[in-house]
Parts: sequence; structure tokens; C-alpha cells
Amino acid sequence: MPAGLSTSDFYYILPELVLTGGALLLLIADVILPKTQRAALAWVTLIVIGATLASLVPFESTHVEVAHGLLAVDRFALFFKILFLVAAGITVLMSVPYLSVEGASPGEYYFLILCATLGMMIVSGGIDLITIFIGLETMTVSFYILAGFIKPSQRSNEAAVKYFLLGAFSVGILLYGMSLMYGLSGTTNLRVMASAFVGQEHDPRLVLAVILVVAGVGFKIAAVPFHMWAPDVYEGAPTPITAFLSVGSKAASFAMLLRIFVEGLPAMSADWRLLFYVLSIVTMTVGNFAALTQTNVKRMLAYSSIAHAGYVLIGVVAGTARGVTATLIYLLIYSFMQLGAFAVIVLLRRRDEIGDELKDFSGLAFRNPFAAFAMLLFMLSLGGIPPTAGFMGKFWLFSAAIDAGYYWLAVIGVLNSAVSLYYYIRIVVFMYLKKETIGSEPRTSPTLAIALAVAVAATLVLGVYPRLLFEVAEASARTLGVAAPVITALR
Amino acid sequence: MSHYLSLILFEPLVGALLILLINKQNEDAIKWVANITALAGFVISIPLWFWYNPGSADFQLVERAPWIPSVGAEYFLGVDGLSVLLILLTTMMGFIAVLSSWTAITERVKEYYIFLLVLQTGMLGAFMSLDFLLFFLFWEVMLVPMYFLIGIWGSANRLYSAIKFFLYTLVGSVVMLLGILALYFYNHSVTGVYTFDVTVFHKLAVPFDLQWWIFLAFFLGFAIKVPMFPFHTWLPDAHTDAPTAGSVILAAVLLKMGTYGFLRFSLPILPDASRHFVPMIVVLSIIGIVYGALVALAQKDWKRLVAYSSVSHMAMVMLGMFALNPVGITGSIVQQLNHGISTGALFLIVGIVYERRHTREISEYGGLSKVMPVYAAIFLIMTMSSIGLPALNGFIGEFLILQGVFVANKIWALFAGSGVVLGAAYMLYLYQRTMFGKIENPKNERLLDLNHREFATFAPLLILAVWMGLYPTPFLRRLETSVQHIVMRVNASYAQAYADCGAGAPTAAQVASSDNPAAKFLASMPCDTTGKK
Repeated sequence: MPAGLSTSDFYYILPELVLTGGALLLLIADVILPKTQRAALAWVTLIVIGATLASLVPFESTHVEVAHGLLAVDRFALFFKILFLVAAGITVLMSVPYLSVEGASPGEYYFLILCATLGMMIVSGGIDLITIFIGLETMTVSFYILAGFIKPSQRSNEAAVKYFLLGAFSVGILLYGMSLMYGLSGTTNLRVMASAFVGQEHDPRLVLAVILVVAGVGFKIAAVPFHMWAPDVYEGAPTPITAFLSVGSKAASFAMLLRIFVEGLPAMSADWRLLFYVLSIVTMTVGNFAALTQTNVKRMLAYSSIAHAGYVLIGVVAGTARGVTATLIYLLIYSFMQLGAFAVIVLLRRRDEIGDELKDFSGLAFRNPFAAFAMLLFMLSLGGIPPTAGFMGKFWLFSAAIDAGYYWLAVIGVLNSAVSLYYYIRIVVFMYLKKETIGSEPRTSPTLAIALAVAVAATLVLGVYPRLLFEVAEASARTLGVAAPVITALR
Repeated sequence: MSHYLSLILFEPLVGALLILLINKQNEDAIKWVANITALAGFVISIPLWFWYNPGSADFQLVERAPWIPSVGAEYFLGVDGLSVLLILLTTMMGFIAVLSSWTAITERVKEYYIFLLVLQTGMLGAFMSLDFLLFFLFWEVMLVPMYFLIGIWGSANRLYSAIKFFLYTLVGSVVMLLGILALYFYNHSVTGVYTFDVTVFHKLAVPFDLQWWIFLAFFLGFAIKVPMFPFHTWLPDAHTDAPTAGSVILAAVLLKMGTYGFLRFSLPILPDASRHFVPMIVVLSIIGIVYGALVALAQKDWKRLVAYSSVSHMAMVMLGMFALNPVGITGSIVQQLNHGISTGALFLIVGIVYERRHTREISEYGGLSKVMPVYAAIFLIMTMSSIGLPALNGFIGEFLILQGVFVANKIWALFAGSGVVLGAAYMLYLYQRTMFGKIENPKNERLLDLNHREFATFAPLLILAVWMGLYPTPFLRRLETSVQHIVMRVNASYAQAYADCGAGAPTAAQVASSDNPAAKFLASMPCDTTGKK
């Protein structure tokens, strides 16, 4: 087999190349542009993201493996790549006012966001353990730095260090599991590995590998009991980064989860589905009940994010095509509502206050009705109330669970949804039902308004007319695990 | 008109969007737009009364369009006799509620009317939907505006009542969702088709074990809404602390959602489980009737008294329904309409004095009939309607329920009868304490009687109370096919009794088109002695 990459490989990784080129361009622009023109960097970043999205268009129905089976270019990867790029775009829009208030330098910030996005894209396309790991680390290291970006803030520094230490520890566990998988199969390619493991279900070494990988992945998705890092990191990191972390990193980790377990370990599905079943129940419950007592909204959203990982795991446990479809649908919908909610928190960040306590939301309906309505919508969507997208997502997850016979999982899921509404509504109570307002008038900057508008539109439209999303997600889910031809020459 | 139902459904939403565009300072414009929207909503729904054909057994005025084909969900609307009457009740009470808020709401007027109109769309959608997912969507959509109506414009304990209402009803709803999904997947396993079409489920034969679970899932959702004992505890708080219009809508329409759910979904789709659970539901209903009435008797807060009377009345409705015979079910539906009319009026009545005196304590009042004679007269008529005095609507409903329950079990009828007596007790006691006697409290001496607008809110209710009491035939005629369809599904002994008469079980259409109304109606005796039906 010829070593190295061929021209066709470069063609198929065009989006990643565009993103890399754009990120480097951004770094150069940061150096070249005078300090006063720094605001333009945000627009450069958005243009890069737009160009990457455009470069995805030719690959709409591609289904191939490239680079000797290191990367897959298929609809599953495409779905996630679009999710990551849109999330990155909204994060950049959110960051513009935030950075100006915090006074942080935008160049490296946007560069790191693009690096993280690149890492996520590689993770979603990777069908080889090494590729996945490279993508994962690219993403994670970028996030380590981004979490601590606000250097004067002690909380930000603490968040970065905690994330780094716990992350390094857990990625070691993940790597150990991955190395066991390699050792037992002789290959790092997930699709080749799958056939090697057939008939090995009771091999204790493989079971150990599964447990270790579940633990490593569990840390990344912040499932209980691997969730301890999340509330502190989410609370301390800059708000747009928290948003991007809770959306992009989580989605990428789920993409990794689905790739590794559905593509690489279908032989062990009874084992990992059992593990995720337990993880799902514990995560949903602990996440929701812990959120009930929080007064810091970012921390509350962190615990809610943990609980949502639990809901998404229901789709994974269901294991059918419907389950994977539901997972994809929910991840996309969740991205919009989560980004939107954090955008509103960014709105409240002004020079004189941090703006992430519950009391800062007091009377928001009077001060800024549009933001209050948007937050209402996101809270209802996170709780799963029609006619928002969150309801459609949860509905599909629970139907996947019932279809696969996991009735009690569905019951626990709906009851947890009901419980979660208590703390989501609490924010609504402060915004609409309390009149005292604290501090100055929050101004909506134009970019923030665009970010909010996109999130609101997505939440409403997908709640009332989710047909397109359901069909796209189903088509994407069905490509998972389907073998693809390995391309060595351009057609 | 091919999109008539959609027109009725979305008209309030259009009104809400129009109000969104009006500047919030321009309160008069907002009120006028809201009132015109609500009135127009009522007026355009009136043709339903005439266009509904009681002779046909199918769902009428159907609209179907694909919504989420990959899932099998459709935008499927349709009405039968039961829905027609409930939709008319909804549009009428919606208008009355909007009209009654003119002077009562002075803060955040714009949001108030928007929420009221959005709520209207939610309620109409739930009554019209024949697709389970669409029904569930509208069912849940109702929760959010109601929460705000109680939470922002309610009285002292509003935050607690609002969140209690919201979470309590939500838990029931989400469990109901699981029941819907179980039915959806069972249908797929039998027919190979994924669909949420309710008419398909009506024809499905579900095995008893599955029926048992699904019935309980639906029961939780509907029983909390009705509200049945012991799931009624949200109601007194929500009703008492809601603003007047909120209480009116809550009592008149939202409570009917629960009973509508039983009639449209639980009974026809899960007949074996419905029969199996009759003892449980009857016991809970009887407790509700007696307990609700006794607690109402002990209340010092006027609104809370009416709220507990709702618990008692709705428990009577449930008892009539689960007698599972045509008379009982018809009585149950008629009593639902009656309860909407009379309890809606009672809440309006409380609202009027509350707007003047800002207190709901019964002891603060007394002798009001001297200063507010028109008000006292209307209050008396509505009290009699609530009690079930002949010549008013309450009598028709209660009599039919008692007759139906008596056929099913005489002991149950005894308890139902006691409910009637207790109902008279607390209502008359209330009336006496507030309206009769001397005016003890000097603040009551100069209370103004009803003005024209307030009288207009009562006028339709008075007309209906008398009309339904003296001449209920048009209402009963429109209910026949729906009731017959439900009874045929749930009470096989009726079908059997007809078959035993010798000429086979009549179809719902045959029943509707035969021209002996009395015999049709008293179908607790399917055949007379000569074997004729």
C-alpha cells in the first residue's frame, strides 16, 4: 500500500484544510492589524467559518473513507461538522461584546475557537482511534487555554487548571482503553476492529477496555460520576466559552462515543449499553437534583447540561437507528437552546457586574423584553415544553426508548424533565414576575442580537416544523457503521 | 369552507400577533383589538352549530395535511358532536373572559391579552385535534400562558399557585405522553404503519395488559386536569389566586380538557381497561363529590368555595361518565357544559365584587341584594343553575347523570344524590351570607350595581342556562352519535342487548337517523317489551 496521502485525500478533507488555512490567516491578521482594528477579527473569523460551511456543500452525499481508512467523509460526519461550525459562529457572535467588556485580546481567542472547531471536525470524521484521539486533543487543549483566557479573573484561572488536570487524567484512562482495544485486535481502524471482536464478548480484557473507554468518554460528556469538573469549569470560564464547551465539546464527544461504540464495538453492545443505561439514569437524576439548589445561573446551566447528557444517552442506550437519530436531533436542538441561554447571560455582563447570578435576571422582562422572551423560550425548550424544539427532541428520544423496550428509562426521563422545569421556571419567575431591577440597563449589541435571533428562530421553527431536521438526522444516522469504499484516487 | 376549523383555531393567534404590534402604552387600542378578536372568534364559530350534521357518524369538517411524515404525525383536525359543543363553549367563554377584564387589568395590559388569546388557541387546538401528537402539543401549550396569567396578574399567593399548577399538570402530561408513545408503537407492531391518527386507534384492538398500563398513564394526565380526588390539590390555589378571567377560563374550559380526554381517548381506545377501572374511578368520584362539597361548606374565602364546588361538580361528571351507559355519558357531557356556564358565571360574580372591594372574605359581605339588585338576581339564577333547580340547565345534567348512575348501581346513585343535596347546602349558605340579611359592613353600602359591560358578560350565560334548562333537545341531538360511538366501544353489553332484541346492534348512524328521540335517548332500555328499538 502506498504510504502518505494522495490528491484525493486532500480533496476530501477540503473543509478541514479551509478551516486550518483560515485560522492561520486569522493569526496573521491579528499580528498585522493595528490595535484599533481588532474588532474586524471577529468578522474574519465568521468569514472563515462561512467559507468552511460552503466547502462542505460538495460532500453532501459522499460516503467514503480517505487517507487509508483514517477519516470517513459521510453524512454522519457532515451533520456534526455543520453543528460545530454553526455553534462556533454563534459563539463568535456572542464573544464580540463579551471580549470588549472583559478587555481580552481577540486574536488568539478566535484562533483557538477555530482550532477547537477543527479538532471537533476531525473527531466526527475519525474512524481510526488515532485520528479520533488527535482531534479530541486538539479540541481539548484549545479549550484548556480558552477556559483560562480571562487572565485577571481568579475563577477563570481556576477553571482552566481544574479542567486541565481532570482532563489529562481522564484522557489517560481513555487512552489506556484505546490501547487495549488496539492490542486485542491488532488494528486501530474501528471498522476493521469490529469484525476482529466478533465472538470475543466475554474476553475480560475487552470488557476492561470497554469500561475504560466508557469512563473516558463519560468524562468528556460530563456524565455522572465523571461530572465533577463541569460546574466549576462552566462557572469560571468566559461565558461564550462555557457555551461553546457545553455544546461543541459535548456534541463532539457524543460523535466520538457513537463512532467508537457503534462502529468499533458492536460486538460488545450488550455491555456498553448496560453501562450507559446506568450512567444515563444516574446522570439525569443527579444533574437535575443538583441544579435545583443553584443560585448561580451558569452553574445551574452546567448541572442542567449534565442532565441533558443523560437524556442524550437514552438515545445511545436504545441502540436502534431511531435511537441514534434521536441523539443527533437532540444534540442539534440542544446546541441552539444552550447557546441562546448563554447568549442572554452574556447580555447581562456589563462593566460593573458579572451578571450570572439569579438575581441579575430580576425584572429583565421590563428592561429588555426581547432578551427576556428569548430566555423564556430557551428555558421552556430545555424543559421540553411544546411548541419548542426541545419538546420535539425529547419526544423523539423517549419514543426511541419505548420502541427499544426501555420503558423505565423513558419514565425516569419524563419525570426528570418535569423536575427540571422547576429550576428553569425559576429564571422565568425572576425575569417576569419580579419587578426589582439591579444595576444598569443591559444593552444588546448587534452581534448578540443576531446570535439570539438565530437561536430563537431555530427553537421555534424546529419546534413547530421539525420535519426537515428529522429526515436529515435519520439519513445521517443510517450512515453510521455502514462500510464505505476507501478512496485512493480521485474519481 | 375547507379550512374552517383552522380559521377558528388560529384566529385568536392572529389577534395576539396584532396586539404585539401595538404600542404598550396604547391600552385602549389593545383592549379593543382583543375584544373584537375574541368576539369575532365566537361569531365565526357559531356556524359550527349549524354545519355539524348530527346524522352522520364520522368526524366532520376534517382537515388533514402531512406534518412530520417520517414519524407519522399529521395536522389532522376534525369535530364530532362532543367537540362542537366544547369548542362553542370555549369561544364563548373566551370572549366573556376578555370582556370581563376591561377594567380589572391595569398593569402590563398588552402581555395579558396576548397570553389570553394564545391560551384560547391552545384550548381550541386540543378540542379539534385528531392526531395524538398535535393534541399533546396543544395540551401542553395551554400550560405556559395560564402559568403567566396566574403568576403575574393573580393575587397574594400567586407565585406558589402558578408553579404548583404548572408542575402538577405537567407531570400528568408527560406520563400521558408515554402512554401515547406506547399506543403508537403497538399500532405499528400490529399494522406496520407509524401513525398518531386517533381514528385509527379507535379501531385498534389493544391487548388488556397493555391497555391497563396505557389507561393508567392517560388517567394520570386527565385525572389531574379534571381534577379528580386526590389529584385536585392544585385547583383551589390556582383558582383562588388567578385573576377573574383566568379563573373563568380555568373552570369553564381547562377542566373540561380532562373529561374530554377520557371521552375521546381513554374510553374508546381502551375499553377493557376502562371497564376494569370503573370501581376505582367511581370510588374516587364519590369521594370527590362528598369531600369537595363538605370542604366547600367550610370555606371562608368566596373564590375558594367556588373552587371546591368545581371539584365536587366535576367528580359528579366523572361518576356519570363511568356509569358507561348512554344516559350517564350524555348527562356527563351536558353537565360539563353546565359547569362551564354556571361556574364560569360564579367566578365572574366573585370577580365583580372583588374589583369593587378587593376582598374575597365572605364575612366582609352581607345584604348586598339591597344595593346591587341586578347582581343579586343574576347570582341567584346562577346559584340555582349550579344547584340543579329544574327549569335551568343544571337540572338536565344532574338528572341524566343520576338516571345513568342509577341504572349502573343504585348505591352509587345514592351518593350522587347526596352530592346534589350538599351542593344546594353550600351554595345557598353562600348566597345567604353574602346577599341576604342586613348590611353590616359600611363599606358595602355604596357598592355600584352592574354596569352595561358587566351585564353583557353574563347575558350569554343567562340565555344558555335558561335555554338548556327548558329546551335541551338541540344540544342532546348533537351529542347522540358521539355518545353512541363511545358506548358501543366501551360497553359491549349494550351492543349485546341490542343484538338480543333480534335486529343486530344499530350503528351510530342508524341511531342518529331513526326518528324516535325518546327511545334513542333512554337507551338504557334498548328494547321495549315489543322488541322494538
